[in-house]
Amino acid sequence: MKRLRLITERLAEAALALSGSVSSLAILLIIVFLFREGLGLFGSSSVEKGYALCVHSSNPVEQLTPQQVKQIFDRELTDWREAGGRQGEIVPFRFDELFSLYSEEELGEDGELLAQRLGEVIARTPDVIAFVPEEYLPRGNRAVKVLPAEKISPSAFFGGREWLPTATPAPQFGVLPLIMGTVWVSLFAILIALPLGLGVAIYMSELAGARIRKLLKPTIELLAGIPSVVYGFFGLAVLAPLIRETLHLPVGETAFAGSLILAIMALPTIITIAEDAMRRTPLAMREASLALGATPWQTIYRVVVPCASSGIMAAVVLGTGRAVGETMAVLMVTGNAAVMPHSLFQPVRAIPATIAAELGEAPAGGAHYQSLFLLGCILFAITMLISVSAEYISGKNSGKEI
Amino acid sequence: MTMNKKTEQKIAFALFRLLGLLVAGILFWILGFIIYNGIGVISWEFLTTAPTEGMTAGGIFPAIAGTLCLVAGSVALAFPVGVMSAVYMNEYAGNNWMVRFIRVMTNNLGSIPSIVFGLFGMTLFVNTLGFGDSILAGSCTLGLLVLPLIIRTTEEALKAIPGSFRTGSLALGASKLQTIRKVVLPMAFPNIVTGLILSVGRVSGETAPILFTVAAYFLPKLPDSLFSQVMALPYHLYVIATSGTDIEASRPIAYGTALVLIVIVLLMNLLAATLRKLK
Repeated sequence: MKRLRLITERLAEAALALSGSVSSLAILLIIVFLFREGLGLFGSSSVEKGYALCVHSSNPVEQLTPQQVKQIFDRELTDWREAGGRQGEIVPFRFDELFSLYSEEELGEDGELLAQRLGEVIARTPDVIAFVPEEYLPRGNRAVKVLPAEKISPSAFFGGREWLPTATPAPQFGVLPLIMGTVWVSLFAILIALPLGLGVAIYMSELAGARIRKLLKPTIELLAGIPSVVYGFFGLAVLAPLIRETLHLPVGETAFAGSLILAIMALPTIITIAEDAMRRTPLAMREASLALGATPWQTIYRVVVPCASSGIMAAVVLGTGRAVGETMAVLMVTGNAAVMPHSLFQPVRAIPATIAAELGEAPAGGAHYQSLFLLGCILFAITMLISVSAEYISGKNSGKEI
Repeated sequence: MTMNKKTEQKIAFALFRLLGLLVAGILFWILGFIIYNGIGVISWEFLTTAPTEGMTAGGIFPAIAGTLCLVAGSVALAFPVGVMSAVYMNEYAGNNWMVRFIRVMTNNLGSIPSIVFGLFGMTLFVNTLGFGDSILAGSCTLGLLVLPLIIRTTEEALKAIPGSFRTGSLALGASKLQTIRKVVLPMAFPNIVTGLILSVGRVSGETAPILFTVAAYFLPKLPDSLFSQVMALPYHLYVIATSGTDIEASRPIAYGTALVLIVIVLLMNLLAATLRKLK
């Protein structure tokens, strides 16, 4: 009997310890799975999977960067000289053009002559560059030279200024516009939310009576509880039209609208943490300040706020974390244009919103899919950094208590 | 000094009062806007029928049912694990590096953006474990998301129990497990339930984690197993607000859906607040 009880106790403790490790395990798994998918991007080819680029064998060009390929097919780069070849106007050729050049009979009933015809086209056009499925490559044809597909490099990913993940033949995975979008939207959200939140925190901790505090506290908790998609809907239905009309913009869905919504969403975090920090200011310090003849306001900004400064810092950092990771509200109100932002009053696209908007359409395992996971990794790293630094800051704060 | 310090104080304090009012005003603006526009849409029919005519008419019943499934599933997974985890941290492990590590990890888990949970749920639950887009995959993802909230509230509830109760129980010859089961947990129960209620509110509003793990664009039938896809309220609101067949025509439905979501969150907050007061 006693032994049985001992065994149950031991088993229960083991089960409890196991549960205790779940959150650590989850983080570990998130890291493993996210990075496994995301880092796969750097091994994959910059040309769409299953396709190849080929030129005439007399063409001296051996390699093209993804950006050059994109420019060629967009007709922005028109002469081979600009791509490191000899003079001659580039003739971009897409596979489907074959069907307008040849009749069905010439291509063969089951398409068995496709490769041969393709070889003919390339052989008679010395300045051609063709984008074709690998299975129809005219392999035996001496006039055809296949360009090796370049791998997507970390520098192209982190330094690229173009995010065109579905462009053919060369999708562009430049993450800078998305990072800048996130930075702009979050930065201005915090710039709006910080003075507001700090003011309310001072009001709640120093000025408001117990009754008002009792009313304001649940109000702020409610503000934190409203789902982000409802904020997004509110921004879409109210803020965006309001901004468009008052500022006479072509569209209201701008970085500014996103910042406003994010500011409202970050307010509860900032207010709660800053207020807690201010309340922890020892009474003795306030009394000493008042006894020296300072007014309550002077006491607040010379004693209470400096004393709570690291708590306020933590509030700002955590508020930023909330803003950076917010998905739905930003997705719904910022207009989602993946371009480098130049002003607050234009549509931008943030990292989380990009993942939410594009993952559904990205084929699993492809470069686009992997690039979205890599965005997830970036987001994960940023929020981890924020979370750890907030812990460090508030850890310093608790050591300062008297 | 150019300004009298009394005047300065008056101006500053007036400003702070104004800011306090402003924040309350923002909340009432948002709530008022949604309640004002949504209340006319809510009817028994709206709550109990499926969407019709390309989601521009009819109700939102499948979305409500789907959200209920997800709430039940995720809480059923996260609540026991969260409570046990908190019991281990507070009752078994002392204040050693292990507990500090778990606490830091729990905090970090709580700070990960919801879209990252969505990505993770998609690779692990949907693809690697082969659950597919299903209630099970969605519940697992949402369960991980609310785990930190449950652990934190349970830990606080356990910390509030004075140590004398534990020593008293142990002195009477009860084992540690018995003490926890018969003394500590029942006493902490109301506060633990508060955490449960808050996590129900949180789960019912999350969109990003379910985008790629469970949510269906339009599926006017009830789920028949753990492996079926469902519609969900927050995703439904997102869909009809941004990409429905006719955005103008489906606006009233969007207001109604937003109102239902807000009412759920309000109710949960209210319930949690009352429970806290009862103690």
